[in-house]
This record gives sequence, structure tokens and C-alpha cells, in this order.
Amino acid sequence: MPKAIVDGVEVEFEHGMSVLQVAELAGAEIPRFCYHDRLSVAGNCRMCLVEVEDQRGRAPKPAASCALPCSDGLMVHTRTDKVKKAREGVMEFLLLNHPLDCPICDQGGECDLQDQAQAFGRDGSRFAENKRAVEEKYMGPLIKTIMTRCIQCTRCVRFATEVAGTEDIGLLNRGEHAEISTIEQAVQSEMSGNLVDICPVGALTSKPYAFTARPWELRKTSSVDAMDAVGANIRIDARGRSVLRVLPRLHEDVNEEWLADKSRHAIDGLSRQRLDRPYVRENGKLRPASWDEAFKAVVDRFNATAADKIAAIAGDQCDAESMFALKTLMDAKGVKSMDCRQDGAALGEGGNRSGWLFNTTIAGLEEADVVVLVGSNPRWEAPLINARIRKRFLTGELQVFGVGAPHDLSYETTWVGAGPQTLHDILDGRTPAADALRTAKKPVIIVGQGAVAREDGAAVLNIAGQIAEKYNAIQDGFNGFNVLHTAAARVAGLDMGFLPGEGGKGMGEIIAGAQSGDIEMVYLLGADEFDTETLRNAFVVYQGHHGDAGASVADVILPGSAYTEKNGLFVNTEGRVQASRLATFAPGDAREDWTILRALSGALGKPLPFDDLGALRQAMVAAVPHMGGVDQIEAAEWALPGVAGDMQDAAFEPIINNYYMTCPISRTSKTMAECTEVYMAGSLDQAREAAE
Amino acid sequence: MSALLSSLRSLLLLELVRGMGLTLWSMFTGRRVTVNYPYEKGVLSPRFRGEHALRRYPTGEERCIACKLCEAICPAQAITIEAEPREDGSRRTTRYDIDMTKCIYCGYCQEACPVDAVVQGPNYEFSTETRAELYYDKDKLLDNGDRWEHLIAANIAQDAAYR
Repeated sequence: MPKAIVDGVEVEFEHGMSVLQVAELAGAEIPRFCYHDRLSVAGNCRMCLVEVEDQRGRAPKPAASCALPCSDGLMVHTRTDKVKKAREGVMEFLLLNHPLDCPICDQGGECDLQDQAQAFGRDGSRFAENKRAVEEKYMGPLIKTIMTRCIQCTRCVRFATEVAGTEDIGLLNRGEHAEISTIEQAVQSEMSGNLVDICPVGALTSKPYAFTARPWELRKTSSVDAMDAVGANIRIDARGRSVLRVLPRLHEDVNEEWLADKSRHAIDGLSRQRLDRPYVRENGKLRPASWDEAFKAVVDRFNATAADKIAAIAGDQCDAESMFALKTLMDAKGVKSMDCRQDGAALGEGGNRSGWLFNTTIAGLEEADVVVLVGSNPRWEAPLINARIRKRFLTGELQVFGVGAPHDLSYETTWVGAGPQTLHDILDGRTPAADALRTAKKPVIIVGQGAVAREDGAAVLNIAGQIAEKYNAIQDGFNGFNVLHTAAARVAGLDMGFLPGEGGKGMGEIIAGAQSGDIEMVYLLGADEFDTETLRNAFVVYQGHHGDAGASVADVILPGSAYTEKNGLFVNTEGRVQASRLATFAPGDAREDWTILRALSGALGKPLPFDDLGALRQAMVAAVPHMGGVDQIEAAEWALPGVAGDMQDAAFEPIINNYYMTCPISRTSKTMAECTEVYMAGSLDQAREAAE
Repeated sequence: MSALLSSLRSLLLLELVRGMGLTLWSMFTGRRVTVNYPYEKGVLSPRFRGEHALRRYPTGEERCIACKLCEAICPAQAITIEAEPREDGSRRTTRYDIDMTKCIYCGYCQEACPVDAVVQGPNYEFSTETRAELYYDKDKLLDNGDRWEHLIAANIAQDAAYR
């Protein structure tokens, strides 16, 4: 390996690294604005100047270390007087036009320019002339712009073009007149919130969070996101009892350092329309009740109903602990009708765990050379996975094919068909997708919920598995068969078998049973994503955190907590177990969900065998061993998933019609409503026309 | 012998008599240093740190921009601020509370303020009969500012040369 000497320290580095990266390896701190690990190199801020020296002697001018490839035997000096003077000069130039409005700037306290001016700048400026001012630009409901503060590092331009895949942002004019500009429309991306994070100054700030808090006031909690099944690692910033913002946390194998807009901005829904006390329905109206009254209503009904007439449905944002507690409680009563698949997805029927996991893993997508999307729109179902596919696509070594409703995925996709028939074609070696799969080394099939959440879902899943087998997607150490989930709780539910037992009813049969009278009592654990009106005839217990579809038909409401308000385990679509942590307490009388179930079990006279979260986790790990390995993926042995059968001709329908509103939290969020209006206007009009 | 003399002085209260004599002498000859408070008041330094006030610009616009530096620096954590964009988009407080029972009158808030909005004015006569009256809110503080502006401005102008 080549070696370089940085400030007298010898380091080995890999060929192709820049001087800046090598200096970082050696532990030298180099200030920078425009350079970003995950974006292309621009080299335009000049803050990373260093002196370099080789056999021919010291270079006459300092060099921009981010853009200079390091060569073997190079000597790098980062602490000389010349470097110090150069940095001071660059900093003075950067601050020429930068307003001194830190007190009213939302970036104040966490600003790269502020910090680096302190560390590397002069004490004052020699610029006495007027500063320039730049007009504000419109970037949508999530990003507030104060363009006078911009230092033209072009990180936002590169992020939008490279990662988000939208060319909405660009740099206009030159020199003194250079300014970042948009085409006066909202940034067309589900990842636009990241622009705020990568902006090193306060030019792009978060609009919903504007002027709300200062970074030093916030209580920071490391947690995981539950808005989609990616399980992005997040940091929840809270003050008092309210969650003020969510930021991404670095996890190379899941979200890198990005976060999708819904995960970031739906949090204002956490303070609206909350269930903060138990309710009991009397004479057709819900009235506030005490916990004892609510429990009594549940217990009376529960004891009076036969086990085969009771059903339990787990929602999309439940933590594994509460689902496990509910399952244990239902098992104790002998209830067999349980389901965690509100959309009716035919997962967990036939085959094994590999039949419902994203087996390739998210990081594994970077090896793929052909991706076939089956009934999936990853851009809305999992924007971060879509960003990974795009990242791989940009290397030029990936072809993407789609089966289902065409959608702009931010990379070139060949749509080869709309429904199950195309899967037959691919299996039989027809269509361009089959040609590409035949020569692929690491083919990847991604089955979306749109393909399996239908009556013939098991057959679709089966044929997708057959395609994977036929085109050699199942290899040693690589599994190219993937199911892309949309619900954060789904994989945990499937893993622990929150599914109909022998003779039990599944989702569709529970609904039919509730209408016909075969099901008399339904326990909803945060389940809102189906037509709950169908349960009107049954006695509905709703345990959850928002007054949404589930609560509106409930006869008893038990107030639970949202994902930011409890310690719980979530299993993401890859099968990665991750722990969320309590950032704020749930409002009012609401409690953590597993404690409600524990208390209810006591009232029922069948106390659950755990008194604290530790004991609950122990019991859960005993039943489902891989739940014990936090941040680990237990790879599943391959088995052909689904059940072979006939398929209908109907095309795959998209499972998400509005990215910004998919759960009770995002539906009550004001920010998400604004986004819906701005971004979904076109598709909503279409839907309205279709309805008429 | 000296021990005997000192015992005698103590016994006859001679020191006391001499002290009282000086007092009596000063009563007729000395310079008067007491003032007839509250009708008369002592002289205050322009740096005197009394009751807090929030100032306005001459246009009537409040100075405070909700930067929260005073809240951050307050060693007694007596200041509570909440902010949001005002209708015109500017950064303003929706709540500015000072708990005067917590305040230790150190003057750091005034030092931290980048716009001379929060100041400790010359007023020190703000005792109340209940604790609740000492929890100042934004209205009270702005009212203080309006009430004392002429003195506060004069004090700041006088002290400006030393900053």
C-alpha cells in the first residue's frame, strides 16, 4: 500500500484517496465546506488548503486537499504558518458577503461556518463596503431559504442531482453574482429534508422547525424510525414533552446518513389528535373513563365471548414487545384469529422466513447488476432503499426492470409489464427483463406489497421465488429474493407468528366474520390501515395513540404510546432488529403499550408472565431467538415462498397512493398535509377524476 | 498596673461614653450622609443592575429577536423563551418569562444580548406582596422597557465609552 506523511505521521492509504481523506486517516483536522463524503468533489470553497511536498520539494502554492489525489511518498503539512494564513484568507473571503445574523439564524449553534470561523478565521474583517443580498428561492414546504447566507459550496446542487435524482437546483451566474437557484417549484424528492442537513451554513433551514428551538436546548435520544420498514436510525430532539425534530443518525448498512421526508417531518402529528385518556362507548357515544372502567368493559366482554369469536389485529407501527404481549395474552385465552397483515399481504404462508425478508440487505444492493421490481414503487414505499438502488445505478452497472404501474423512480427503469402475466413471461424467458436476468451475476428481485396484498398474493410470491431460483439469484452468501415491506412492525409480527393459528381466521376472514357475526370482539393494537367501518357489528377494543380510523369504531379505547414514546424493538424489512428509545412521555393517561396489556391481563385473571421490559424481552427472545441480537440480521435459509396457484390478470395496484400520509401520525401532521397539497396535487386530481 | 486600668475603663463604661460623645459631637457639626428615603434617593451608577426590562426601537418595534442567548447564559435558569415566526416572517418570541425569584441579578443576560433588548434597568423598587407577581412575562417586561426607556437609554449611552 502507498504511504504518505501527514505532519510527520506516516500513514498507509488506499490508492485513489484524496489528500484530505489521507490527512483524516492520520488524524489531522482539515476544515471544509464544499467537500462531503457521499457527494462528488467540487473543490470550490478552498477551505481545505494544505501544503504538499514531494521529492522535488515543497509546492509553491497551497493545494486544495479535497481535489488532490494523494500520491505515494507525499508529505502533507497542515499546520504551517502558510496554511494558517491561507485558511484565514479564505475564511475572510467567505465572510465578505455572509451576513452576521447568527442570532436570528436557525443554524446558529450547529453551523459549520460559525465553528470554523472561530477555529480557523481572523478576528475581524477588513471589508467595509456593502454586503450583497440575494433573493429568496422557493424550495417547497419543507425547506426555508435565506440565500444571502449562501457561500456557494454547491453541496445542495450535488445532493439533488446525485442522491435525490432531481435537477431542480443549480448555480446561476459567476463570481460576485453567483447564486443558487431553483425553477421556482418545490424540490421534487422524498429526500429533500437532507438538503437542510448538508447545507454547511444557514441558507437552507427546516421550514416547519423555523425559529422553534436552539440546538443546546434539545434533549437528544438515539432511536429508530417507524414510518416505513427501512428502520432508519434517527436522533429524536425533544424539549419538554414535545418532539421538535428528527435527524438521521449514521448507519452505513441502513440509511447511510440520509432520512426520508416523512420520517423527518411527520412528527408534528405526534401532538395532534392524541388519545390521552381511556374512553368507553355508552349509548353510541364515546365518553372519557378511568382505566378501571375501561378494563372492566373489556374484561366483561372478553370473558363472555368464546375464544373462536375473538380476533386480534396488530398495526403497522407496533413495537415487537407489545405484539408479543398481545399474542401471549390471546394464546392464553385460546384465541386463534390473529393477524398483523392489515393489507392482507399473503406473506408467512408457505416457505420460511426468507419468504418475507429483504434478503439481499440494503447494503447488498450495491452488488446487484439487475433489479426487477414486482408491484413495488420503492420511491414511496422506502425512499432510502430507492436511494441505494439509484446509488448503484449511477455506477453504470445496474439495469432496473419494473412490473407494475410505471412511476418515476429517479433512475432509468424499463417497465416490462403490469401484472402477474408478465411474471410468467419472465419465468419462461421472454421480455427484456429475462434477457438481462440470464446474464446477470447478482440478480435481485424486489417484491412489493402491491404484488402480494391481493387474493392471489401467495401465487405471485411463489412465482417470484421461482424466478429467483431459475435465474440464479439464490447463491452462496447472496440471496437476490426480496420482499419490500411498508410497515415497520410487519417483519417482527411475521417473525413471532402473529398470524392465524390452526383454524384461526386471517385478516379478510376477520372482517367478513365481523360483518356476519362470527367474530364478536376485535382487539386492535394500533391498527388503522383498513376499512374499520367493517367492524361496526363487533365489539372493538382499540389500543393506540391517535384518534384515527380504529378509534372511531372502538367501543373501548385504551390510550397507548407512539414510537417516540416507548422503548421497543423493531425489525426492519431486512430482518435487522433495532431498538427504539423513549424520547418523551406519552400525553395524559396514555401508557407504554406492553404495560397496558400486562395490566389488562391482570384484570382478566390471566397475568402475563413478565413484570418489566427486561423479563418481557427475555420471554420474547426465548420464543423468537433472533430478537436478542440488536442491530443484527439473522440470515434465513432459502425455501420457495408462497403457494403455487392460479393468478388473476389484474395489474398490480400501487400500495401507497400518497407518500405523505400513510399512518395515523402522518395523517394528523400539518406539515404532511402541506406536502400532500404541493406534491400530490397532480395524483390527487387523477384519483378524484377516476372516482368520478 | 495596666490590667487594673483597663478593668477600670471597662467598669466605668468609658469607651461607651467616648463613643456616644463623638456621636453627640457629629450631630451638631458633622456632614449629613443619610437620605430621607423614599422621598430622597441615593445616586446610582449607570451600570446598576436592577429590575429587568425589554426595550423597543424608536419605531415601536420590539428589539428581542428570540436568539435565546440570555436563556442559555442565565446561571440561575430564570429565563424561559419560546419563539416562532411572526406573521411577517420575522423571528420573535411568543413567550419571554423571567422568574424574578430565581434571578441573581448577575447581568449576564444584558451582556449576552446582541441587540440590547433585555437590560437591567435602574429600578430596584419592585417588591411585591405575592410570589406570583414576581414571575414576569413578556408584557410586563416590555411595559418596564417603555416606562424606563429614557433612563435606560441614558445609562447605556453613558456607559458606551467603556465597552
